[in-house]
Amino acid sequence: MNGKAKTMLVCGGSVAVGLVSGFFGGGGGMLAVPLLTMCGLDAKRAHATALLVILPICIISAAIYIAAGFFDGQTVLCACIGVVLGGIVGAALLNKLNPTVISIIFALMMIAIGIKLVIV
Amino acid sequence: MTAQQVIIIVSFCGGIIGGMGMGGGTLLIPLLTLAAGLNQHLAQAVNLIAFIPMSVVALCIHKKNGYVMFGKSLHIVLLAALGAVGGSFLAKYSGGYVLRACYGAFLIALGVYQLGKTVYTAIKSKNKRVATQN
Repeated sequence: MNGKAKTMLVCGGSVAVGLVSGFFGGGGGMLAVPLLTMCGLDAKRAHATALLVILPICIISAAIYIAAGFFDGQTVLCACIGVVLGGIVGAALLNKLNPTVISIIFALMMIAIGIKLVIV
Repeated sequence: MTAQQVIIIVSFCGGIIGGMGMGGGTLLIPLLTLAAGLNQHLAQAVNLIAFIPMSVVALCIHKKNGYVMFGKSLHIVLLAALGAVGGSFLAKYSGGYVLRACYGAFLIALGVYQLGKTVYTAIKSKNKRVATQN
C-alpha cells in the first residue's frame, strides 16, 4: 500500500472508530487496535494506545448522551460496581483459561446475541 | 431479585469478559437490554460512562510501563473524537429499534471477524508446531 492510500485509510479509519463508538456506545476499541497496528505499533502498544484513543471518545459521547437525557445515576453506579468487580475476576482468570476456547465462545456469543437483537 | 441486583450481576459478567481483554462493553450493552430491561440508549450511555474510570486506571498503568504512544496516535485521537460527535448525535436521533437492530448487525460482524481470526491463528500456530517437530 502506498503512503497516500495508507494515510487516507488511517484518517478514514480514525473517524470510523469515533463514529462507531458514538453510535453504538462502544466497540471502537476493536477497530482502534488494528488501526494502530497499521501505524506500526506492536500488539501490546496498540492495545494500550487504543485506550488513549477510546477515552476521549467515551467522555465526549457520554456527555452528549447525558445531555440528551439518557442517564440514570443509580443504574450507572450499579453497573460500575459490577464492571469493576467483574474486571478483577476476569483479569485473574485470564491466565487460567485457554484463550482460544474463550475467544471462540465469546465470538459465538456475539453472533447469537446479535441475531437475537436483529430478530426481536 | 431487584432491578439493581440484576444490573450488578449483568455488569459483573460484562466486567469478567472485559477483564480478559475481550471487549466487555460490546456484550455489556446487550446484556443490559436483554437481561436487565434497559432501553438501548440508556444501556449505551451506561457502558460509555462505566468505561471512563476503568480506562483512566488502565491508561495510567500502561503509560507507566511505556506502552502508550502519544505521538503516533494524536491524529487518530483527534479524528476519532470528531467521529464520536457525529456518531453520538446520530444515535440521539435514531429510534430505539433501529439502534438495537444496527447494534445486532454490528455484533454479528464482530463475532464472525473474531471467530475467523481465532480459528485462523489457531490453525497457523498448530501448523507451525507440526513443522517445528518435523
